[in-house]
Amino acid sequence: MTEQPDLRAAVAAGVVGSEESFRALLSAIVEVARSIFGAKASSILLLDPETEELVFEAVVGEGEDTLLGTRFPAGTGIAGWVLATRTPLVIEDVRDDPRFASDVAEDTGYVPKGLMAAPLLHDEGALGVLSVLDRPEQTLFSLQEMELLGLFAYQAAIAVDLLLNARKSRRLLDESGGDLEVVARLATIVDALEDEQREAGLRLLRDLAQTLESPRT
Amino acid sequence: MQDVAGHSGDAGKAALPAWSLPKDSVDRIALPAHWPERVTREWALGGSTGDGVRVCILDSGVEASHPMVGELESAVVISVGEDDQIVADEDTEGDVSGHGTACAGIVRRLAPDARISSVRVLGSSFTGSGAVLLGGLRYAIEQGFDVINMSLSTTKKPFASVLHELADTAYFNRTVLVASAHNMPVESYPWRFSSVISVGSHEEPDPLDFFYNPSPPVEFFGRGVNVQVPWVGGRVVSVSGNSFATPHLTSICALIMAKHRELTPFQLKSVLYLTATNVGGGK
Repeated sequence: MTEQPDLRAAVAAGVVGSEESFRALLSAIVEVARSIFGAKASSILLLDPETEELVFEAVVGEGEDTLLGTRFPAGTGIAGWVLATRTPLVIEDVRDDPRFASDVAEDTGYVPKGLMAAPLLHDEGALGVLSVLDRPEQTLFSLQEMELLGLFAYQAAIAVDLLLNARKSRRLLDESGGDLEVVARLATIVDALEDEQREAGLRLLRDLAQTLESPRT
Repeated sequence: MQDVAGHSGDAGKAALPAWSLPKDSVDRIALPAHWPERVTREWALGGSTGDGVRVCILDSGVEASHPMVGELESAVVISVGEDDQIVADEDTEGDVSGHGTACAGIVRRLAPDARISSVRVLGSSFTGSGAVLLGGLRYAIEQGFDVINMSLSTTKKPFASVLHELADTAYFNRTVLVASAHNMPVESYPWRFSSVISVGSHEEPDPLDFFYNPSPPVEFFGRGVNVQVPWVGGRVVSVSGNSFATPHLTSICALIMAKHRELTPFQLKSVLYLTATNVGGGK
């Protein structure tokens, strides 16, 4: 990595928002998804490409106290199929499916009866899976719900992409050994200023840039 | 591609002209069977059980011990070996998610005498799954299956050209590739290629109802909502999605091909159009 991308990453880390804010966005998405479908729970799983595992990044409803951060292999199970094939599916009454139970319910004792799952697709990549667990019983699934699930997954994928970019910037900043921390701090501070203070801050930075660029004697 | 110089020879062999049709060869390409003036569903598949048609489920494996699936003709698992060689080993693991079992169950129910094989392209690892998918499809085409059910897609653009080539190879080798359409706003393959039969979902309960879409790229709609299917662990579940509409069209293709063995993929697609529920010969 050259110095310039590191500096850009430092500026990005200072202004694009914290991991916490993107986590809040993911939580809001799963909360709305659960509410819209009248479901018991909803979650976002992200792929960790290094370990080939799926990780619970956002959970609302049943299991929200225990599942966050939980991992399981990405190659198998229903979520694994959805991720690998980039294809959404809905399955009802999976109570006794041992593979499904090991995916979600091992630690919580919560065994869902139904699952809607859609891949989180961004550009060419499959980033993870959006799941909605246990829609109301005795309501037949409809294609309209599938469309809605797809739209939520699309929105979630954009949020996840932002989160991953923020993490990448933060990681580059950390790897710089703290040298670039001041650049990130400057970007954060100037970004937060308003009106005349902001204009004054930007003027100061422009003057500083000009001074640093001028030939040294 | 056939030999371009083969303008003469045994008409029974694959020696027909590839690029042109000389006058003395016209008689040799007479169709072996005449189509009725009005192609109906009864003519196309009435009484058929899919007898002898070889169907490949390219998916997560198949649990053959499930009573709704029954005996498989073969089952292999695809992996990438040394030097990126594609390896097909006998699959003793069965189904790693349940989806392949569901697809096989739909085919068994609608075309009970079809010969079903499983080519597993999922589960060995997530990384490299694209290469395994391509390798599995190539393997299935080389095996000369009559129909390949592909309830999956890839969003990786570098794979698109290879998939396109494979889809065309299947088409010219008389292997029908039936692929799930994507219902999300992304580019994915191979369902968008015109040499495959692409399938979306409808909500009607009749498993043999299928609709022609006059506004492609999705060409047909099959039953894909609230479908009872076998699942791993001997379970029966209700499922929805284009990936379950696909084996419905696969089954319909098998029924037609069992009755009309001479059909090319182009002709089969024509029969599907003429016998679709929303077209003249649908009922």
